[in-house]
Amino acid sequence: MSDVLAPGRSGGVSALYAGNARAVVARNLAATKTSNWTVVLSGFFEPVFYLFAMGVGLGTYVGDVTLPSGLHVEYAAYIAPGLLAVSAMNGAVYDSTWNVFFKMRFARLYEAMLATSLGPLDVAFGEISYALLRGAVYATGFLTVMQVMGLNLSWTAVLALPAVVLVAFGFASFGMAITSLMKTFQQMDWINIVLLPMFLLSATFFPISVYPAPLQWLIQAMPLWHAVELVRGLTTGDLPPSTWWHVVYFVAMIGIGLTVTTRRLRALFLA
Amino acid sequence: MVAARGLTKRFGDFVAVDGIDFEVAPGESFGLLGPNGAGKSTTMRMVGAVSARSGGDLTVLGLDPDDHGPRIRAQLGVVPQEDNLDGELTARGNLVTYGRYFGIPRSVCAQRATELLEFAQLSERADAKVDELSGGMKRRLTIARALVNEPRLLMLDEPTTGLDPQARHILWDRLFRLKEQGTTLVVTTHFMDEAEQLCERLVVVDHGQIMAEGSPAELIRRYSSREVAELRFGTDRNEAAARVLAEVGDRLEILPDRVLVYASDGEAILEQVAARGLRPTTSLVRRSSLEDVFLRLTGRSLIE
Repeated sequence: MSDVLAPGRSGGVSALYAGNARAVVARNLAATKTSNWTVVLSGFFEPVFYLFAMGVGLGTYVGDVTLPSGLHVEYAAYIAPGLLAVSAMNGAVYDSTWNVFFKMRFARLYEAMLATSLGPLDVAFGEISYALLRGAVYATGFLTVMQVMGLNLSWTAVLALPAVVLVAFGFASFGMAITSLMKTFQQMDWINIVLLPMFLLSATFFPISVYPAPLQWLIQAMPLWHAVELVRGLTTGDLPPSTWWHVVYFVAMIGIGLTVTTRRLRALFLA
Repeated sequence: MVAARGLTKRFGDFVAVDGIDFEVAPGESFGLLGPNGAGKSTTMRMVGAVSARSGGDLTVLGLDPDDHGPRIRAQLGVVPQEDNLDGELTARGNLVTYGRYFGIPRSVCAQRATELLEFAQLSERADAKVDELSGGMKRRLTIARALVNEPRLLMLDEPTTGLDPQARHILWDRLFRLKEQGTTLVVTTHFMDEAEQLCERLVVVDHGQIMAEGSPAELIRRYSSREVAELRFGTDRNEAAARVLAEVGDRLEILPDRVLVYASDGEAILEQVAARGLRPTTSLVRRSSLEDVFLRLTGRSLIE
């Protein structure tokens, strides 16, 4: 056996990526099986409980909601897609922020991974893929619940599944970019400060037409509003041509998130 | 396997590794001996292709780590100073998953995991989670993990720091077996007994620079005498006693708690000490060790 390796291609992305992100996904699946399957269960039930409490319970008093197109839908059918979008956001953000932050700073898991042939991009893609996989499983469960309750009003509800994965991808790549810039737990708290008002105000529970115009513009700049509108359009079948803008918004979010994440990982791990 | 020329690492104004030269030959076990903060771990990280150098030349397995990080790392086994096992997985899960990071097929990983658990004497704890293992077991699992890709070069950073004597001996035995099988080892340590046990050749490092290089026996021959008489006179009387002993032996070292007299014959020194009317509270004669080499080279002890 020779004691030197033949030189091959070098530089560029090959120093960051070994094309083996699936090993990182497999690790997370093994860890889920061994240690934290209860967390996975709770992630499924959270939006279901919200749906029963607000949609069924509160909905009895609220009555129907009128969509911008003039379509009337019962309250549960109005908020169910909103809850689906929110749970996609929460799951993706949790996986790409707290989870990644913990693994990076405390469990030193990435240090172990990066001592192998894996590169930082394998780790980033692997973590994001796992977050999406988990999000897709939750979304399938929740859409099934909606179907059983008669809340999917159009065949386009099937497309809500890929839409949710797109939304989760956007939040996960953006979340990871933000996490790679954070150094302390105190900074991580800022993430919650942004998430909570977005959750409460982004047309999740009621149309944003109740707000004055400037506040509406602000909300329309936020990603959750686009997510809610996109998913709601698909489950109710109320799909104006402007729906495509929501898709474009998330594609852009993914692009920016991945670019920043790659740059930061290079600086963090190969310095 | 490894060649470094003027290897340098700076963190801002701080120079952690200051232009060191060394080479590691195939099948050799090579050591970096030095106190904490000498730059040993930083050197290991550069050789391990996880930290870019600030200056100098470095090739690992004939390649430059700046350009070929993943390909080099595929051939390395790394045992870091602090265990970074995956706490959410079992002992076996750690080995299989780590093998998968190298892109090794799952069935091969599973078979190697069984063999390596045997090697690490952990077969009975294969399904235990990492947190349920003792410090020595975790360390052995970390070494087993580093072998899952059948590395050409095994790098161990302070392999036995923090372990009790029994656990250290089990670990040394395992490493000695690897050495016998022809695995190339690079070890850092601040324990001279470990360096003597594991390293055929070593460099003594201090403040990011290499102070000396050679086999443990060579270094002792070159920088120390054959034997050492350790004399304790009591904290305030060591200095005074040392003045009386100025002419005795080849060389004296005065430490806060004891006086070391270097000579080829330690027993003869004890007789000369008694002849001068000194009565040390305790005295012992021992062979010179790498600790004495380090003291000679730097004027300081390895472990303060």
